[in-house]
Amino acid sequence: MEFGLIAFASPIALLGLLALPFLWLLLRAVPPPAAKRLFPPVVLMLDLRDGEATTSTSPLWLRILRIAAVAAAVLGLARPELAPQETVGADSANPILVLVDGGWADAPDWNDRAAKAASILDGAARRQRPALLASLAAGMPEDGEFRDAAAWTALGELRPLPWEPDFEGAALWVRANLPAAFETHWISDGLHSDAKLELAELVAERGALAVYESGRPALALRRPELKGGIASLMVSRQRASGELAVTVDAFGPDPAGIERRLDTAEAVFADGERDAAAEINLPREMLNRATRFEIRGADSAGSVVLAAGGVSARKVAIVDDGGFAEGSELLSPGHFLRRALEPNAELVGAASAADLLANPDAVILADSIPNSDADAAALLEWVQSGGLLIRFAGPRLAAAAGGADDALLPVRLRPGGRTLGGALSWESPKRLAPFAEDSPFIGLTVPGDVLVRFQVLAEPGPDLEKRAIAQLEDGTPLATSKPVGEGRVVLFHVSAETEWSNLPISGLFADMLERLLIAAAAGPAPLPPHADQLVWTPERHLTAFGEVLPAETGEPVDGSLLAEGRAGPDLPPGLYRSGAYRAAVPAVPEDRELRPASWPNGTAIAGFDARESFPLAGILLALALLLFSADVLATLRLGGHALRMSAAAGAFAAAAILPSTGDADDAFAIASTRETVLAYMRTGDPETDLVSEAGLRGLSAKLAERTSVEPGSPVPVDPESDELAFFPLIYWPVTPAQPDLTEEAYKKINAFLGNGGMILFDTKDADIGGFQFGTANSDALAKLGARLNLPALQTLSRGHVLSRSYYLLADYPGRHVGEVWVADSGSEDEGAPSWKLAAVNDGVTPVVVGGNDWASAWAAEADGSRMFPIGWGVAGERQRETAFRFGINLVMHALTGNYKSDQLHIDAILERLGS
Amino acid sequence: MSKAAIASRGLSARAAEAAGGLPHLIAEAAKAAAAVHHGYRGQRRKGAGDEFWQLRAARDGDHFRQIDWRRSARSEVPFVRETERKAAGTVLFWVDRSASMAFSSGERGAKADRARVIALALSMLLSRADELFGLVNGAAPPGTGPARVERLATELVPGEDCEYGVPPRAATPRDAIVCLSDFLGPWNAIKDSVEFAAGAGSAGALLQILDPAEEAFPFRGRTEFRSMNGTLRFETLGAKSLKAGYAAELEKRKSAVAALARDAGWLSTVHGTGRPASPALLWLHEALSRKR
Repeated sequence: MEFGLIAFASPIALLGLLALPFLWLLLRAVPPPAAKRLFPPVVLMLDLRDGEATTSTSPLWLRILRIAAVAAAVLGLARPELAPQETVGADSANPILVLVDGGWADAPDWNDRAAKAASILDGAARRQRPALLASLAAGMPEDGEFRDAAAWTALGELRPLPWEPDFEGAALWVRANLPAAFETHWISDGLHSDAKLELAELVAERGALAVYESGRPALALRRPELKGGIASLMVSRQRASGELAVTVDAFGPDPAGIERRLDTAEAVFADGERDAAAEINLPREMLNRATRFEIRGADSAGSVVLAAGGVSARKVAIVDDGGFAEGSELLSPGHFLRRALEPNAELVGAASAADLLANPDAVILADSIPNSDADAAALLEWVQSGGLLIRFAGPRLAAAAGGADDALLPVRLRPGGRTLGGALSWESPKRLAPFAEDSPFIGLTVPGDVLVRFQVLAEPGPDLEKRAIAQLEDGTPLATSKPVGEGRVVLFHVSAETEWSNLPISGLFADMLERLLIAAAAGPAPLPPHADQLVWTPERHLTAFGEVLPAETGEPVDGSLLAEGRAGPDLPPGLYRSGAYRAAVPAVPEDRELRPASWPNGTAIAGFDARESFPLAGILLALALLLFSADVLATLRLGGHALRMSAAAGAFAAAAILPSTGDADDAFAIASTRETVLAYMRTGDPETDLVSEAGLRGLSAKLAERTSVEPGSPVPVDPESDELAFFPLIYWPVTPAQPDLTEEAYKKINAFLGNGGMILFDTKDADIGGFQFGTANSDALAKLGARLNLPALQTLSRGHVLSRSYYLLADYPGRHVGEVWVADSGSEDEGAPSWKLAAVNDGVTPVVVGGNDWASAWAAEADGSRMFPIGWGVAGERQRETAFRFGINLVMHALTGNYKSDQLHIDAILERLGS
Repeated sequence: MSKAAIASRGLSARAAEAAGGLPHLIAEAAKAAAAVHHGYRGQRRKGAGDEFWQLRAARDGDHFRQIDWRRSARSEVPFVRETERKAAGTVLFWVDRSASMAFSSGERGAKADRARVIALALSMLLSRADELFGLVNGAAPPGTGPARVERLATELVPGEDCEYGVPPRAATPRDAIVCLSDFLGPWNAIKDSVEFAAGAGSAGALLQILDPAEEAFPFRGRTEFRSMNGTLRFETLGAKSLKAGYAAELEKRKSAVAALARDAGWLSTVHGTGRPASPALLWLHEALSRKR
């Protein structure tokens, strides 16, 4: 069902919209329920006034939210789509046939074609019309059955194939299988053929025909043709109008065997021309190495041409006068040559050099001399017309050397030869020197174990250096070469068997011969006349996208098919081989003309860029889900359930807003609680703070030395900003400079004192004022103490826990000796128990007040030496020791409470009682 | 199956369920008691008892039987061996087991469970000190020893059906009464019972046990509050707006409990089930050791 731009795939679901008004009424009548909670203290709430009246209906916004959610869900279930695909016979219910050419010309924009096919099938599914998808190149399906369009899941596996679509077969299939009326959508490659037009007319008779073509013109590269050493490749194009330049690359292995681009040429189409030539001008041996020519940027099988390449099917005649040689056949020069050449070349039997009837590409004379002048003249003529003559030295050539210039030798030879490493020679056998840059053998590696024991030598001459293409390590030539007319003569200065050197049994021998032979003839070898009687096995395949892959299946192909040269399902394009012969099968037949397709009159032709339909169902359903979640949240909130969530959200927001302070606090907390640390109050007076820190450092060192308490470095604290709860004991030197504290700080200190903390107030004035005549320091303390929750104080008596919590002490000196005050624990008075202290603090005094300047007595420099002197001599040091003992007692008392008050020293007490 | 059979089956199932919880309670109480034991230091006063307390030089008026001859033989003055005072007092518990105490918010245990744990743990500590303990108006007389602890545990298990608990009127002079309750019940009845007991000469302590939710009132939105048995209901559209009023009411009740204890010469404190039991136990223990 369609409404303007929007179509519904399941319009029946829209009936659900009718339910909305009833839902509205229903929602209105049922408010969200109150959360029911068991809560015993409800008895306390009965008298409370609740400001808000109870409502009996849901709030309006909640109802709108819910109605919108339901409406979105209903619309989403109806699967609406925006801008659905326009169709040809939109009203008809005919089945839909989707044809895809699927040939090589489809490859460059295959994704667009597949998407187009999918979109057409989607449209068919939406209208519930059966559909049939067929690729003309892949062959028609067995049955002509139209199926549910949604069932064409195999669309993803559809691939273009590297040959021409089969229109004749398709026409037969349409006549045999398809009903009288159907609608055809043809995704065409845009190329013309008569069969295609016939098929189009056939389907147009049975129903509407819509054609989709891309604007991209097809290009095809043809087989290279040799014209005077230049390879000329024709490029054909589909549209004749406009100028166009295409680049053609030749690829092949370089001398090192690595595939690379050998040359590049450009083909320029003039306006109105369908064909243009790209000319590749390469030396003959380079050209013969090329395995592939390709139009740059055109990714289809039609733009690639494979070449047989290499020395395949070179005809080589070997003349070794074997009949006259004595000795075993297996040791004759011809045997080694045949074994080296057999894999790649076609060997032509030749009894003598004159036997040139087979017209070979190369002739090899292995220590053989033309029998007669006539023979020599014929050979020379053959060489001059472009033949390659390769000669090997040997006893016979060595014996015959020394004459006049021989046209069939590249250099003049000296009579005899040279023996290296023989019984009568001083010299050792020679190795080969690396090949020079301009040598045809460049790139071949010279094995170290190839040794030459005998060679024929050339007469020194100005040309010798130039003609040598391979040398021994002492500079004497191993192989020389001379152009003769259009051909060439090459001489190996050693024999072709193992008598003179072990070169013929090394791998280098075959490689050198191949290098020489590759230049022997120009261009790919033509198919042999008996090609249709051979069986060909595929070596490489060409995909529709122009990639060259090794053939997966070695399934042989009949020669008659290959000779025909038409690629198809039975003959995939690629490179085939039969013995020494190789043949390339192109994707585009030689005689295929590229022209824009013509269609029957009245055919609608469209591009691929037609509007895509856009499904809205997902968006609507997601919206519905979102609205429902909002509804759940709102209901929870109305019912009072949203508690934890909002707390979590608040915590999250707080964490997001205040990350830095949280980190700083954490760092402080971790540093303060990782080990026990003593703290001192920051007074604002740098000198006092310094002494405080030094004093606590000295005390900490003594604690670590003498007790199991091992405090960390002392920490300065500020009641305004720092948390105090981490510290067991805070040392607070009180000076007139003491800044006024805020209410917050007082609260914090009071909480600290009330929950088991201990503060040592030190006025540092040696208590000179007593309590009647205050010093400046004690005034400051009085001012401070007025705001603190201090308990009643008493002087530190001998029986107090502080006097025996670690050491037994009689007095509590610091740098001075004076009274010390602690909280009145009431423990002396048995009649009136003090509930308060015992209950909260294990009897530990929250404050110790004095003026003995303990920090100065404890103060230690960083190196452990004392900061301040105390008293006189030994008595002074004794006082310092007592000060430390007081400090240790104090920390012990703070940490262990009154644990030590009566247990630890029971033995000592008993002993003292006894004495 | 007859109604009676169903009822009896339900009863036995509940009993089994309650008994199943008992070892758990005892274990928890033992843990709390062990935590307190380290701080336990006896009466710290000389008196009648078996434990050695101190040696002192003999004074006029000391009976010669008190002289520690072995110690005296090592020196020239006679020594007297004093033992620690062991007054066998009696502590009576009133553990509120009404429906209101069964309330619990979140994962924390019910208030009643906490009250049982504290009572049991305290009884273990008392048992160690050979002091007598039992329930106020309990079926079994006060006693001591591990067997009495287990007896107490079974006595504590059954809950009561009433909505809020009220301590019974009991005159037990020279005994200490420990009341564990949320004290949400009818105030005049509570006040009357406590004053009656105090008037008869009992010492005592009131431990008000509250759930964290009862103190924090973390509610919002439309809510209907009900008492545990459903007899009281209160519905509101915005619970959050009630928070201040509720807090004031609760504070009023707390201070009423504190004032009642002060007037009676008893001790009181508030214990939240969100915190561990041991601080409350320690407080009670200290309070009892001071009192006598």
